[in-house]
Amino acid sequence: MSQALEPFVDKLVSCLTNDGRHIVGTLRGFDQCVNLVLEESQERVYSATAGVEEVALGLYIIRGDNLAVIGLVDEAADAALQQTFSDIRCEPLKPIAHS
Amino acid sequence: MLFYSFFKTLVNKDVVVELKNDIMISGTLAGVDQFLNLKLENIVVNEEKCPQLASVKSCFVRGSVVRYVQLPATEVETDLLQDATRKEHSNQVAAAEKTK
Repeated sequence: MSQALEPFVDKLVSCLTNDGRHIVGTLRGFDQCVNLVLEESQERVYSATAGVEEVALGLYIIRGDNLAVIGLVDEAADAALQQTFSDIRCEPLKPIAHS
Repeated sequence: MLFYSFFKTLVNKDVVVELKNDIMISGTLAGVDQFLNLKLENIVVNEEKCPQLASVKSCFVRGSVVRYVQLPATEVETDLLQDATRKEHSNQVAAAEKTK
């Protein structure tokens, strides 16, 4: 049953929200509506002109309505990626458009 | 429930999911649920367009944000799918008539 985010609990997850934000944190809990509890979360802000900025958020609940993708982060790959943050240039993600 | 059953037949096949924010994620379909939420494994994204998912191998995609799911033509029995869809539609129309 793919609804179970069970394998992601207590792991670092990468969440893309409907408004185009990228939030990374440790998944502590979830429910059927895909509401999430994230510990030690941080938003990663991407820009076409400057490197990646990390904003610390702390303990967050994200409402499932607003979630697009929840990815399981490979911690080693992420650590390597963090070294390159100042070099990453990218347009911010588009918001979800229900057309 | 028709498309839920249809997606269940495609588990372990390679698909490309296009989201409503134009992100394309290609991967192996690991699971699906009644809301057509998808679980994908061994995903590949365009790292220039979507560095956010660069270190992600496995993900959960909410059904409501999917625009398209691209499937290998060889894995779909189109005739059967068409027949099933027509049947489902006429069942729905009949059920609607009954409740009027």
